[in-house]
Amino acid sequence: MNAMAEPEAEFAVLPGFVAVLRRDLLLAWRTRAEIAQPVIFFIMVASLFPLGIGADMKLLARVGAGVVWACGVLATLLSLPRIFAQDHADGTLEQMALSAYPLSAIAGGKLAAHWLTTGLPLSLTAPVIGLQFGMDAPTQGVLVLSLLIGSPILSMIGAIAAALTLGARGQSLLIALLVLPLYVPVVIFGAGAVESFGAGIDHGAHLALLGAGTLAGLVATPFVVAAAIRIALD
Amino acid sequence: MLSAAGLTCQRGDAVLFRDLGLELAAGEALLVRGPNGSGKTSLLRILAGIAAPAAGEVRWRASPDRAARQLETAYQGHTAPLKDELTVVENLDFALALDGAPKSRADILDAVQEVGLASRRNLPARHLSQGQRRRVGLARLVLARRRLWLLDEPATALDAAGLTLFCDVLDRHLAQGGLAVLSTHQPLPLAHPARELNL
Repeated sequence: MNAMAEPEAEFAVLPGFVAVLRRDLLLAWRTRAEIAQPVIFFIMVASLFPLGIGADMKLLARVGAGVVWACGVLATLLSLPRIFAQDHADGTLEQMALSAYPLSAIAGGKLAAHWLTTGLPLSLTAPVIGLQFGMDAPTQGVLVLSLLIGSPILSMIGAIAAALTLGARGQSLLIALLVLPLYVPVVIFGAGAVESFGAGIDHGAHLALLGAGTLAGLVATPFVVAAAIRIALD
Repeated sequence: MLSAAGLTCQRGDAVLFRDLGLELAAGEALLVRGPNGSGKTSLLRILAGIAAPAAGEVRWRASPDRAARQLETAYQGHTAPLKDELTVVENLDFALALDGAPKSRADILDAVQEVGLASRRNLPARHLSQGQRRRVGLARLVLARRRLWLLDEPATALDAAGLTLFCDVLDRHLAQGGLAVLSTHQPLPLAHPARELNL
């Protein structure tokens, strides 16, 4: 038997982030049928619109970006309760709070895993829907780009709401009510980028605003989520 | 090394305990006893620093610094924090990474063998019985080598052999100068004399 472990002198951040990211991705792979549900939901709901509106290609092309963004938001909502609920129920969240690494690093790992398993696949499957709305290839490119830049904000705001509502009754509806108003600007600028591109106006400003939101969120969100988890555990 | 003074725990309107003090030196174990709902779990969570007491203070090495205490604390609640989709070895691998004490696969397999789960090492945790889940927790305690063990009902669901194994591991921990606070309803056949606290 080796000697009793001495406490580590320094706080490293990266190993905690990597350990949680790796585990969450492994868990996602093991439960991939469940993980795929929001993406399938996204495609199915967005596909209802062309069927309902009919073959008016002009109209479809105009509403396409807005529909994709709105359906992306709804699909993200479905995935939010899952971020922390299981870890909370089986006590893993307590172990994370007691970890040798800062809870914010662990929260960051969970955020990254959530985006990689939700925001990223949603962004990459958007062209499937874009096709049904008669979008041409360059417009599709802007749509995917706007989703790639903007969807991390959806994950981050959603994770804060999910952590704050841990243990609350009717958690999933509560998250939706908390989060939807905050998603409004993201949808406006995301769909706005595609629309300006179609109208021949500069769409860079919209994308830059989304990017600024993502960067600001990356700095603050891990700490906010960590604080929310501590409140939920107390 | 571990001391607490004036601890008060409140849950809603009910005060579970008031002005509780304790003192624990290296190599000592404290058994927390009391009827259901008397605050055993709450006390352990306060000592671990997960929950904050309504009043009072916990000190470790004479310092109230929660983060420093947590670096040397292993806390196990009444549910085993295992992921159903991961195998025994994968669960341990992640738990130890979280503890900041990553271990090689060989070390993990040794510990899994020691707690009698060698044949289940690649089984997803959802197929484990409650007692087997406890044994995985025991393997984690052995591997992480934390100084202070805070264990909530560690003996529940363990069979006779498991209980003996648990007591052996705990005795070894105490002999090496470790500390342990555990809540339990049943008598533990420990070689080390343990102090008792009745809530």
